Amino acid sequence: MQGLKKMRMPLIFLLVALLFPLFTDNQYYIYVVTLAFIYAIAVYGMNLVGGYTGQLSLAHAGFFAIGAYALGLLTVDANVPYWLAFFLALVITTVIGTLVGLIALRTKEHFFAIYTLCVGYIIYLIIYEWDALTGGVRGLIGIESPAAIGPITFDTGISNYYLILVFLVLTVIFMKFLTESIVGRTYVAIRNSEELAQTIGINTMKQKLISFVISTFLAGLAGALYASFVRFIGPDISYTMMTFDFLMYAIVGGFGTLFGPVVGTLLIVILTQSLQFMEDFRMIIFGPLLVLLVIFYPRGIVGGYQMWKMKRAYKKKQRSVDQGSTYEGGD
Amino acid sequence: MLIETKGLTKRFGGLVAVNDVEIGIEKGKITAIIGPNGAGKSTLFNLISGYHPSSEGSITFKGEDITKKRSFNIAKLGIARTFQTTNLFETATVMDNVIVGHRLRTKSNVFDAVFRTPRLRREEQASREKAAEVLEFVGLEHEAHRLVQDISQEAKKRVAFALALATDPEIVFLDEPAAGINPDETENLAALIRKMIDRGLTVCLIEHKMQMIMGLADHIVVLNYGKKIAEGTPEEIQTNEEVIEAYLGGGDKHAEAE
Repeated sequence: MQGLKKMRMPLIFLLVALLFPLFTDNQYYIYVVTLAFIYAIAVYGMNLVGGYTGQLSLAHAGFFAIGAYALGLLTVDANVPYWLAFFLALVITTVIGTLVGLIALRTKEHFFAIYTLCVGYIIYLIIYEWDALTGGVRGLIGIESPAAIGPITFDTGISNYYLILVFLVLTVIFMKFLTESIVGRTYVAIRNSEELAQTIGINTMKQKLISFVISTFLAGLAGALYASFVRFIGPDISYTMMTFDFLMYAIVGGFGTLFGPVVGTLLIVILTQSLQFMEDFRMIIFGPLLVLLVIFYPRGIVGGYQMWKMKRAYKKKQRSVDQGSTYEGGD
Repeated sequence: MLIETKGLTKRFGGLVAVNDVEIGIEKGKITAIIGPNGAGKSTLFNLISGYHPSSEGSITFKGEDITKKRSFNIAKLGIARTFQTTNLFETATVMDNVIVGHRLRTKSNVFDAVFRTPRLRREEQASREKAAEVLEFVGLEHEAHRLVQDISQEAKKRVAFALALATDPEIVFLDEPAAGINPDETENLAALIRKMIDRGLTVCLIEHKMQMIMGLADHIVVLNYGKKIAEGTPEEIQTNEEVIEAYLGGGDKHAEAE
């Protein structure tokens, strides 16, 4: 019962997500929310390595694009069956992620951020310039929709919506189990202090690499879903702007929180779409909002909410327990 | 001897921070390392705990050479340490900070976590119990669910002790445990260190508070400019001419204040 109560908000959210397509006929709304779900999966990857393990990887859009291009090229050019291509796209992203991680993680803190920023830009350049393989600036057109699984087909917007929702829910469950376990605690210990983590016996290099590889896996997953959902990809999905969009979603929702990525991504994507009429002037609204949020809620919306709840629960407990604590070492 | 160093030397560029130091730490005893600021005490700790590689010399633990071992492997052998500054996770509870201390005795990986295998459940239970046990040992069982940022400086020191103890060590290195806390709290912390010895642990500490050291330590090693200048019982150290000259004498305010 306690667990159910704790999961009340996410379950309500899930219910709304499940029923949402039934309440709107507007394909555009469904399209936007589906896109937000895809981005949220990628943001979960960034959140794991950046928010939990404390290694800010700015190559994330690069891995998103690798997943997308791998799927696109395998299905369009190599005629590989969709789900096999999907699987291979994940493998390819993860392998490249491992190789990059092995080198990148030799650097620390801002050097790591700068290094991965460069890696991301190199991935962009490769996609942009390697015309023969990627189609360069023209991009890749005519990527097929996800192939049918048994009787279930994915050729409509709504079926894609549910498919991607399933992947998002799986991602959230995966992250929940991972981050709430002792394995997740290991990552948080590294974020907190790598020095201290080592002295309590954690092989920080190995743990950082694992979390980095998982993050690239999630980026690749999101990328592959993106490719077959939008059905057209261009080099701009690997551009630095995309990484910073992901980062913004994560920060707004709450870096290092379980539900931060989904909250932040949905909020910002929907807000961006509804403020479309303002064009680039949107940033006049976003900029100050982001600054205020970072100042007053450094752990984002979800982080701020959790902190408030924790403090309240503690005060409540203090009041119910009798005033005289046996321990006298308080401040 | 539980830990022995021979000819241990560490150079940072032209600076010799630790110079040909030979010390032995006896099992079940409290060994204190003292010396003026910049004498190389913390560097010595960093060498033994594997945080810095040594330039020369050797370190053995129970006869096993650990000179070239990495810090996380040294921790697994049963050598724990605390830092001068308590770098704890401030916005997490005391309990959450300590649970991860037992991680090195567990084997669960990402797959265990995602599929919630019996091994993971068992090891999480063990880590939680260990954390509760060490928090009780350091006297923080009532603060377990408070945020670290809300507890006192002394309590934070105790959390750092608890974290080190959660690794199931045989020896604990404490880097200035009594820095920044008042005399009463210092006395409480000294009592806790004695309690650790009673439990069969070995303690080695760096400390500037002379009164505390003289009452607590079984064996004292004095470093100055990276070199060992004396060692012996508190009485021997107090009467050692060279030590008085280097450290206690010359109107050293810090020592006198105690």
